[in-house]
Amino acid sequence: MSIRERLSGNEAVAYAMRQINPDVFAAFPITPSTEIPQYFAQYVANGQVDTEYVTVESEHSSMSTCIGASAAGCRAVTATSSAGLAFMYEVLYVAASSRLPITLACVNRTLTGPININNDHSDSMGARDSGWIQIYAENNQEAYDNYLQAMRISETPDVRLPIMVCQDGFITSHAVENILLEEDAAVKAFVGEYHPEHALMGRDHPLAVGPYDNSPYCMEHKVQQAEAMKNAKRAILDVAADFEKTFGRKYGFFEEYRMEDAEVALVLIGSTAGTAKACIDSLRNQGIKAGLVKVRVFRPFPFEEIAAALSHVKAVAVMDKSEGYSAAGGPLFAEVRSACYDLPNPPKMIDVVYGLAGRDCAVQDVERVYRYLLKIVETGEVGPRYIHMGQRSAREEVLGNGL
Amino acid sequence: MEKTMTEIRWHGRGGQGTKTACLLLADAAFASDKYVQGFPEYGPERMGAPITAYNRISDVPCSIHSFIYQPDYVVVVDESLLSSVDVTAGLNPEGGIVINTPRAPYEMRRFLRGYPGRVWTIDARRISEELLGGYFPNTPMLAAIVKVSGILDPDRFIHDMEASFHHKFATKPQVIEGNMKCLIRSMQEVQAE
Repeated sequence: MSIRERLSGNEAVAYAMRQINPDVFAAFPITPSTEIPQYFAQYVANGQVDTEYVTVESEHSSMSTCIGASAAGCRAVTATSSAGLAFMYEVLYVAASSRLPITLACVNRTLTGPININNDHSDSMGARDSGWIQIYAENNQEAYDNYLQAMRISETPDVRLPIMVCQDGFITSHAVENILLEEDAAVKAFVGEYHPEHALMGRDHPLAVGPYDNSPYCMEHKVQQAEAMKNAKRAILDVAADFEKTFGRKYGFFEEYRMEDAEVALVLIGSTAGTAKACIDSLRNQGIKAGLVKVRVFRPFPFEEIAAALSHVKAVAVMDKSEGYSAAGGPLFAEVRSACYDLPNPPKMIDVVYGLAGRDCAVQDVERVYRYLLKIVETGEVGPRYIHMGQRSAREEVLGNGL
Repeated sequence: MEKTMTEIRWHGRGGQGTKTACLLLADAAFASDKYVQGFPEYGPERMGAPITAYNRISDVPCSIHSFIYQPDYVVVVDESLLSSVDVTAGLNPEGGIVINTPRAPYEMRRFLRGYPGRVWTIDARRISEELLGGYFPNTPMLAAIVKVSGILDPDRFIHDMEASFHHKFATKPQVIEGNMKCLIRSMQEVQAE
């Protein structure tokens, strides 16, 4: 039986961690993820878990601790945000290339310059090529459910890659909302135990971690890692299917909301999806065929599947909650536009960068994007392809014609 | 569109417990089988700085994740904000505003930029100083908004809050009785125009 509760997103993730009782938690606080190690420290103090709780002096060290623990055959977890994730950058690659299934709760916050504590996706998007699986949540329920699925995906033998479970800082991490929790025994049974085939200290099958890899072999290892990321796609769907069978909530690479007959659609990640759904319901009542693709899995990227979901749509706005500084749009736009290149009649597509550094995005903001797309469908003119929402600027191309 | 949700915006100053009151309201509404959201707007908080917090309370799930621009009710925890913050911005004329002040509602109209809706006042300072021995305006303000908005059954609210306080103040049970009295007194004293 599910348990009806109300929790913030951070509490929900900490609750999942308690139920799973990992071997090692490497803790270093940073806003807005700080509450996760804070709640977990209480579980440790209360004897509700027997996790080795390692307080370290930086995020570089928290990830290094996870790497050591995971290499030794332990289930290792941590949590971080923003500059903390950036400070892990070097060792994120070590974790992925060493094929260590570490779970990182990433509470998304913008990267510094100018300093700001609020939400956007620039932290995890900066790590998108580090070799980690990345899964994103719309709300506290999905943050909890994704966390329960994370280890089984990550520890799948032909995957063995670390996984980042992301949610929007403050917007979901600090918002108290209704949630359905699962019972401890059911969670433990679902997640299972971790028994790696090889471990640093394994007597029968010892393992060397992090040795120098010469050019004649190093590329093979990187290609194996790339293959593992392809394998992760099947593992994600398998675990989601079992999750649905066990707990009744359905997950995939992305969620399609009223896409069957959609003429205009948004593609976005995270909490704004809920706001967009409310907007779509209202537009549908006015006869406007609006839809949404909410991306849950960004790494591995569901290339063919997204293209299929958008194949019948006339105009699409990809909404990027991070600025890629590519001069050509954000990271989600680059993937989605590339995915649609092989379609016989690809939709017209623009990138709307929004919500940077906590800039709010309300229902009426989302509605302006749909109206903008309707104008593109009506006139056939795409106009500027890469625009920013709600800017204080007199320049038309920055304003995006009133967006 | 039929209104299925009540939206509330809180204005206070850092240190007055505005965020706590907002989360307690979410707790109480949750206990009354509602779908709830309770969240503050975060920034560089420090004692005395203006802060905003929000509640959505509904009989059906709510997927919106944005601030609230057209609240049904506004709670002003610190009346000195009336001169610097446009507290009635977007406020539903069919709703109303509750202000922590010793003055009567009609005296507060002139600070409300022509807002035509209902105005209530409550002297949360006096109540909390009498019953808690210090200035903790959030508990009286919580009871006041529950009373005037009618979103929760008052008796059930009082009953659920007692459980909530036992949980929240597990390490300092001596404050529970005072807080319970604050709730009841505030519900009695909140003044309509």
